[in-house]
Order: sequence, then structure tokens, then C-alpha cells
Amino acid sequence: MRRLVAHPLFWPLAALALLLVANGLFNPGFLALQWRDGHLYGNLVDIANRAAPLALVSLGMTMVIAVRGLDISVGAVLAIAATVAAWTIARLQAGGAGGLLPLFAAIGAALGAAALCGLWNGLLVVKAGMQPIVATLILMVAGRGLAQLISDGQILTIYYAPYAFLGNGFLFGVPFALFVVAAVFTALQLLLGRTALGLFVRAIGHNPLAAHMAGVRARAITPALYVFCGASAGLAGLLVSSNVASADANNAGQMLELDAILAVALGGSALTGGRFSLAGSLIGALIIQALTTTIYSIGVPSQVNLVVKALLVATVLLLQAPRFHLQMQALLRRASLLRRAPAKQP
Amino acid sequence: MSTAAAAATLRMRMARRARDPAALSLAATIALFVLMSLIGGVLYDGFLAPQVFLNLLIDNAFLLVIAVGMTFVILTGGIDLSVGAVVAFTTVLLASLVERHGWHPLAAMLLALAAGTCFGTVMGLMIQRYRLQPFVVTLAGMFLARGAATLISVDSIGINHGFQTALAGLRLPVIGAASLSIGAVAALVVVVVGAVVARGTQFGRTVYAIGGSEHSAALMGLPVSSTLVRVYALSGFCAALAGVLYSVYTLSGYSLHATGLELDAIAAVVIGGTLLTGGSGQVLGTLFGVLVLGLIQTLIAFDGTLSSWWTRIVIGALLLLFCLLQRLLVRRK
Amino acid sequence: MSAEVLRAEGLGKRFGATVALDGAGLTLRAGEIHALMGQNGAGKSTLIKLLTGVESPDVGQIVLDGRVIAPATPLQAQHEGISTVYQEVNLCPNLSVAENLYAGRYPRHRWSGLIDRTKMRADARALLAGLHLQIDVDQLLGSYPVAVQQMVAIARALGVSARVLILDEPTSSLDQNEVRELFAVMRRLREGGMAILFVTHFLDQVYAVSDRITVLRNGAPVGEYLTAELPQSALVMAMVGREVATSVAREQTHAAPSDAPFVLEARGLALRGALEPIDLGVRAGEVLGLGGLLGSGRTEFARLLFGLDRADAGELRVAGEAVELHDPADAIALGLALCPEERKTEGIVAGLSVRENIVLALQARSGWWRALSPARQQALAREFVALLGIKALDIETPVGALSGGNQQKVVLARWLATTPRLLILDEPTRGIDIAARQEIMNEILRLARQGMAVLFISAELEELTRLSDRIVVLRDRRKAGELPAGSDGGQVLELIAGNT
Repeated sequence: MRRLVAHPLFWPLAALALLLVANGLFNPGFLALQWRDGHLYGNLVDIANRAAPLALVSLGMTMVIAVRGLDISVGAVLAIAATVAAWTIARLQAGGAGGLLPLFAAIGAALGAAALCGLWNGLLVVKAGMQPIVATLILMVAGRGLAQLISDGQILTIYYAPYAFLGNGFLFGVPFALFVVAAVFTALQLLLGRTALGLFVRAIGHNPLAAHMAGVRARAITPALYVFCGASAGLAGLLVSSNVASADANNAGQMLELDAILAVALGGSALTGGRFSLAGSLIGALIIQALTTTIYSIGVPSQVNLVVKALLVATVLLLQAPRFHLQMQALLRRASLLRRAPAKQP
Repeated sequence: MSTAAAAATLRMRMARRARDPAALSLAATIALFVLMSLIGGVLYDGFLAPQVFLNLLIDNAFLLVIAVGMTFVILTGGIDLSVGAVVAFTTVLLASLVERHGWHPLAAMLLALAAGTCFGTVMGLMIQRYRLQPFVVTLAGMFLARGAATLISVDSIGINHGFQTALAGLRLPVIGAASLSIGAVAALVVVVVGAVVARGTQFGRTVYAIGGSEHSAALMGLPVSSTLVRVYALSGFCAALAGVLYSVYTLSGYSLHATGLELDAIAAVVIGGTLLTGGSGQVLGTLFGVLVLGLIQTLIAFDGTLSSWWTRIVIGALLLLFCLLQRLLVRRK
Repeated sequence: MSAEVLRAEGLGKRFGATVALDGAGLTLRAGEIHALMGQNGAGKSTLIKLLTGVESPDVGQIVLDGRVIAPATPLQAQHEGISTVYQEVNLCPNLSVAENLYAGRYPRHRWSGLIDRTKMRADARALLAGLHLQIDVDQLLGSYPVAVQQMVAIARALGVSARVLILDEPTSSLDQNEVRELFAVMRRLREGGMAILFVTHFLDQVYAVSDRITVLRNGAPVGEYLTAELPQSALVMAMVGREVATSVAREQTHAAPSDAPFVLEARGLALRGALEPIDLGVRAGEVLGLGGLLGSGRTEFARLLFGLDRADAGELRVAGEAVELHDPADAIALGLALCPEERKTEGIVAGLSVRENIVLALQARSGWWRALSPARQQALAREFVALLGIKALDIETPVGALSGGNQQKVVLARWLATTPRLLILDEPTRGIDIAARQEIMNEILRLARQGMAVLFISAELEELTRLSDRIVVLRDRRKAGELPAGSDGGQVLELIAGNT
């Protein structure tokens, strides 16, 4: 039992389970899964599906935070990718292209643009030596402007059936988006586990100077992680725009950076770098989505969501703070002393 | 002292000052402002009219107030992402109290100011006591304030109270027919008070000292911990005051007011020459930072053919420019 | 004899298992400059931390003007009248000189309560004039050279009416002229009746300015001497210990072939402000000792060899070929290895396990794509844990949980795992216990016998003479001389002290 509790994923999983079970108690049908028309339906599937874009971004954010970085431009990058995809499809369709060409061109263009955004961030951090929050602030401010420049300020609607599959399609009865998340997660997990990348990332995050002196080339690894973060936001942009069959440069991915950071923190990664958990971040994203769904389903005004998230962040932060630990320990000790003290008196 | 010697001293002093990154940055901002004004004057008729420039202040009064608070936060090396949300919360609180609960606007304003200050204080305590990163704490604050605003009211509430509309209509004549709104006057007062506090009080100087070296500041016997908390309280107060001005300006309260305003405030502070790493910058610079941001919008409005999104792109580009400039200046030192 | 101002008696302090200070004491008198001398790890910095309230003593007391004081913070110590000026000036570089002098006790306008800048400026000028320093007090402190900043720090200490002024390594980053000016100020303060404690590692400076010397060794007091009555060689002897001067050279000379090829050769290698041009070569199978006091350029040299800093003159050859190193990774690819002096910040990655720390450099060299198999990693880790006697629960224990000696062994293991051609050891035995020290030294000798070249940097003569085939001594960022195998501690001492 003690070992179970000590596992880093215990608390995030427990929180998620608690949320789902509580929902199940209030609303007996909540946990039910149905097989209809060859598709799996149910609230759980819904939560996972809706969490997919956030999950992807959280994976990227986890890697950046692991090397003591931060990317607050992910929301803007998502909007750029979505717009680029929609624009590419419209352009190719206007040119008379048919079949699957527009689909692959859109995916390629959107991911390319998003990766470029990540590279820009990475170079500002590593080459120009800016603080990550400042470096990515620039793209956060300008990014939506760039997206609007591409879309000419319009919400681009996508009239192209194959593209809808990304965000709405089912594969083996399960939403396709879940396969995308699973694929990225597995690939990343393998990359980190099977190559030495995981070791290097943790070494840089824990002690950049010692890693440098041991020959780890952080100046090459760090930009690559920003590129990955950008690309994962781009992938999320594809899912989002496909899901609603449009790209809104102004509102797509609004506040996403905050949710992603929250997911990383909820998943048990240290916001100061070094210690990270990809699975934890996925669970964090699921918690956030489950929370949103819960609030909708129990009929509380959806605005409570923000307040709950805020309190969650505050709690997680305090639990991670060493000083808070010390204070709590001192309090507990004093409490136990007080309890014992009367017993000592004759 | 002979004139020659005096001139030499002056030259030396100016040479030294030229090496001061803060002064250089401020000079660059003012030069940018003048240059943009001149370009506007050449390109568009009626651009150099006094009212155009007074409108910069009128339309950006709330941004200016927030940016002054943000300047202090950034001078300590911190950041406050909650200010936009606090503005929204304040407008909703005011509108709700006045329109739905029959409060006098003045009383509601005082309460809102107190609420904003308390809110900032709590965030400051979390940052100072538990050594939490400012950006995450104030991020949580942003969620909380927006959430609280929507809890009070999801829909926009119009304010029709006579006092409030009277405030909104008040104009202070400046030159000829040109005039300033009450909000703009308040913002200018905030700038002046901010500049005096930053330069002439122990609190202000401690803010700078913390930004230079928190460790040294503590060794010099400066009240580091209380100053850190008070900086966030000040920023909370400024955000609430900006919310009050916003509600006078728009005569409404809405939880989606001022989204992304914190980014504009940070951009204004940086473009105004304050170092994001803390310790160097001036409140006066922030005034010009806000004016530059306003001028970009005015230029785009005067042009009429440029789309609004160019504002964001230009602000982003300026941000990049000034960040790189700061890196260069710091490195050269 | 002048009046006693401060007396510290029987101060003891331990950090965990290490005894940093054991019964140390010191007496400062009004109008005297008192030098505190000792090797690295002798306890100087701990003693100063106790006097200035950074740490509290476990035992012993500090008496100031006949009153026992126990400062808990540097600020309290300042209020008691003990001011300290550190090598890295503890002021705010982004504030003006005047503000740095008056921060926390600003003169105020009578009516507004605002800071009276006019008065502050005038006061600052007057205060600095007392030190014969004429500078623009409105300028940012950071725009002045370190020497001026130090003067300002001293002026601030005087401004808070200090009784005792502690100068901790104030001359390390000053040039000759600046040192002279600092001494002039110190003498003036002495005439004014100030008690000054001067900590430095430059022997000539001690003789130039101090009246009295207290020497510490291994945390314990060796003695208090009048400077005028203590010859320089006797001072060095007191610092390093009498026995080493007669310590014999290395017992088991394995006769390093003096015609073996150079693994690494520096020709006129230099970096402005850190190292004057230096010629030095290390042969295969040789342990080359590099001696010298702190600040003599030892660590700076190692950093150049390892690509951490870029030399601005001269040439570096590895295995006969001229190379340019931009990054430690380049040096590692060439078969170099460096055990850094700062174990905690530059050596271990505390959050990673023993295994991960050991394989880190080898893995970094083979590239991110070709990961060592888990089996290989475990085998490597086990091999070195056994070889060096690393005491850890298992190889998955975080290194941060190990003792200092074991952490040092992990760093050593990391480099041995790369089977380097040249191993640079910068103070590898600093702060670790005797048993671990012995084990590390034995391993170094064994590897040298197998053909590895070793550059062994140490301030401890005993170690240096016992391990090295050849000893090069640095002094004042220059090569002071070279000694063959079989030299004894006394000869090294003479070179270090510059008695030639």
C-alpha cells in the first residue's frame, strides 16, 4: 500500500478516479459505455476525445518544462496551424485538386508551420539567451495576428469531407483523435526510453551546468524540444479545426497555454524542471476535461470551472512547495505534541 | 570651475549616462514615439492634431494604470498575469452592485479597489512565503478573477446610474477645443504618483534593489519580504483602479472585458525600457510604452486599409526588438 | 598594546559529519590590521560566517567590546558593529553609488518624507572623500570597476559606524594599482582606530599591510603571530603543517617513461585576466601535479583544457594534433575528462541515480541515438561501485542522497567509464574523509600505471608530492617552476611562496 501511494502517478490517478466515481454516484448513467452503429459512445469516451488536443499540447509542454523552459505561445501556435490547414485546403480546392492530396498537404503545411514556430522559440531561448517566458511571449502576442493575416481576419470554414476524419472519425469504433494522442505518446515514450534522450533531458533539467560539463549538448537538445512542443500544438490545431470544420484565428486554443501548464503540474512533473512524467501529463489533461464535463453535467454554471481550476493550481503549487511541507510538518508535530502532552502529566 | 572643465564634466557624465541601459532604452522608446508621430503626420491629414494625442491617453487610460502597477512588479523581477482578469472582475462587480443592488457607484468603487488590493496581497503572500513562481501564481489568480466575474454575471451589464454617466461625460479642456477625460486625468495622476514612489520612497528604491540583487538588498537591511508582497498588492490595486476607469469608459461590466490586457501591459512595460529581469526601468518609460502601443492602433485606424491584426504583429515585432536590444545592452555592460 | 575590540573563543562548528571548525579563536584590536590565513578547507570561511552571523556556532562565544554577542543574521552583525566586505560585492549594481551607501537609512525631506537626494548626494560625496575617492555618486554602481565597488562597500560599512571591518578576499579581482589604493585606505582606517580583519591568500599582501596574523589549519587554530616577527617560510609552514615540508616523495615511483608521447600539450595558452601564457605538457602514463594557491590559475587552466572557456592566445595539442575546443563535448570526444572542483554544482546531477550519473558522460559521447543497453549500464555502474567502493543502497539511489566522498567517487566513476586518455582532477579530495581520499588516490595511481595521463590539481602538498611524477607550480597566473619526481614538500613550498 505504501509503495502504491509513493508511486508518482498515484495522486493524479486517484484524483481522476475520484472525479469519475463522484460523477457516477450523482449520475448513474455517467460511467456507462455503449456500442452503437459500430462506434463506442459514452461520457468516458467523450471526455477522452475532448481532452485529446489538450493532451497533445501537454505532452509538448512537459518536454519543454523538463529542461527548465516554458512555452506560453502554444495557444497562438494552435491557431496558426489550424488556419494554415484550412487555408491550404481552400487553396488546393480552388485549384481543382481532389482526392486525398488536400488532406496531406494541409497536415504537412500545418505541422511545418507549427514546427517553425517552435524552432523560433527555441532559438530565441538558446541563441539569444532570453528567459523562456519572455521569448515565447513574443509569439504569443504576435501569433494570432499572423494567423489572422493568413485568414484575412475571417473564420475559415472547411468544406472537405476527408479532413473531418481527424477530429470526428472513428477507427475500430474508437475516436481517431485518441489514436493520434496514443501514437504521439508512445513514440515519445519510446524515443525517451530507448535512446539516451530521456537521460539527457532529465540531466539538463536537474543540473544544466553539470550536464554541460559531462558533455551533454543542451544547445542542440533544447531547441529540438521547443520544435516538438510547437509541432504538438500544431497537431492539436489540426484536431480542433477538423472537429469544428473551421479555423478561428482569434479564438482557437484560447487559454490553452494555461490549461497545458496546469495539466503538467497536475501530472506530478516539477515545474522547475528535471522530474517529469508524460503519463502524468496525459492524466492531468484528462482531469481538466473531466472537471469541465462534470461541471456541465451537474448543472452548475460552467463559469465555476475557472474558479475550480484556479483553486486546483493553488493547491498543487502549495503541495509542491518545500516551505509548505515544512510548515505542515511543523504543524503536525505541534499537534501531536499537544495530544501527547496531557498524557505525560501525572 | 572653468567652463571648459564644466563642459568636460558634463560630457563625461553624459557619456556615462549613455552607458546606463535604462536611459538608453527610454531614449529609444521616446525616439520611436516621435518618429511614429512624424510618420503619421506626413502620411495622414489631421494626424498631428492635439486631440489625436489626447485620445491616446483617453483610450488607453486603463492600460496605462495597469502598466504602472506592472512596472513595479517587473522591476522586482516578477510578473502579474492576473491584471486583465481583475479589470474584468472589477467592472462586473461595480455594475452588479450599482445596477442590481442599488449601491452608489462611489461606494462600489471603494469596495472594488479594496478587493483588488486584497487579491494582489494574497498572491504576493503566496509568492513571497512559499517561493512560488510568480507567473503560475498570478495565472491561477487570472483564472480565479475571471471565474469569479462570470459567477457574478455571465452577461454584460450596462451601467446607467447618473453619477457614472456624469463621470463618463466629464471633460477637462486642455488646449483650445482639445480635452481629456476624467479617466485620462486619473491615469496621469497614477503615472506621476508612481514615478514619485519609484524614485523618492524607500518602497520604490527597495523594489529596484530587489530587482538588482535580492540577496544584497536583504543584507543592506531593506525590507525585502514586505516589499515583495506590497508590489503585488499595488499591482492588484492598479488593476482594480483600471477596472473602475474601464467601467466609466464603457459604462458596462462584462466578464470578457479586457481579455489579453495583461499582455498589452507587459508589452508596454518592456517597450518602455524596463528590463524583464528586473532592476532597471522607469515609470515614465512605461507611459511612452503605452503611448507607442496606442499610436500603432491610431496609425492603423488613420490608414483605414490596414487590418486590425497588424496591431498584434507590430506589437510582437516591437517586443522582439526591445528584448534583443536589452540583451545587447546588458551583455555590453 | 591597543585595546581589544573583538574576541572569539573556542568556536566550533560541524556540518553533518564534517568538523568545519574546532576550537578556533581570534582577537582583533583597535587600530590593527589582522590577517587570517589558512589553506582551503582550513576553516577561514566558516570562522567568518560565524563572526558575521551567516551561521551560528555550536560552541564558543564572540565578545565585542566586552559584551557577548550572538548575531543570527548578517544584518544583526552589522547592527552590532561588524561589517563585512566580500570579494563579490554585496551591493546592488543597478542603484547609484549614493543609494548603495544610504539604502535603508535614506536622508528624508522634512515635509514630504521623501528621500532627500540632494543631501544624500552631498553626504555620499563627503563619505567617499574620507576614503580619497572622487567619483560621480549619481552613476550606477555597476558601471564602476570592482575596485571602486569595493571602496563603496567599505564606505558603506564605515557609514553604519562599524567597529570591526572584515575584508574577505577583497584583492582577488584587483590589479596592482587597485590593491595599492585599497591598502592605503586600510591604513587610513587603521589610523582611525578601526579593527580590521583581512582575509587573503596572497602572502605578499599579508606582509605589505597586516600587523598580526592568525593561522588556521584543519579547522583548528595554529597560532597568533606578529607579522614583523614571522618569516614568510614559517608562515607557509604554519599553514600547510610542519610535517609536509619533510614529507617524502612518492613511495612507489612506477617510473613514468620520460620519453612517452605527450597526450596533451599547451603552447603559450592564455586567457586575459585568468592565465598568462603557459607551456605545459602531460605524457601518457604520467601523473602531473599542478600546485599553487587559490587564484594562482590552476582551475582557470583546467577550464581552458576542457573547452569551458576559450583561450585567446596559444595553441592546444591533443595527441600531437592542434585542436580547438568549443564545448566540453569536444574535449570529451578527444578523450579528455575533468573532475570539477565544485562537486555539487558542476559535478553530480543530484536528482539522477548513481547509475545514470556514472553513464552520463559515456552516453553523451556516444550520442543520444545510440543508447547503452540497460544491462550495459547496470554492469558499468556495478563495476565502478565495486571498484571505488561507492557506498549506496543500490545503483538506483539518487546521488543527492550519498555522502560527499561517495558523490565524488561517482563523478570520478563517470569519467573513468569513458576510459579517458587524460584525466584532469581539480581538487578531487576536497571535503571528503580520509578513507575515501585514500581509495581515490590509489585508483588514480593504478590507472596511471596502465597508461592514462593524469593532471592532478591540488593545494595539499602532501598529496601532491606523494602522487605526482612531476610537479608544476603556478603563482599569480603564471608557471612559477617545475620539479621532478622525488621533490619534497619543502621545494614545492618555496615555489608556491615565491621564495626564489
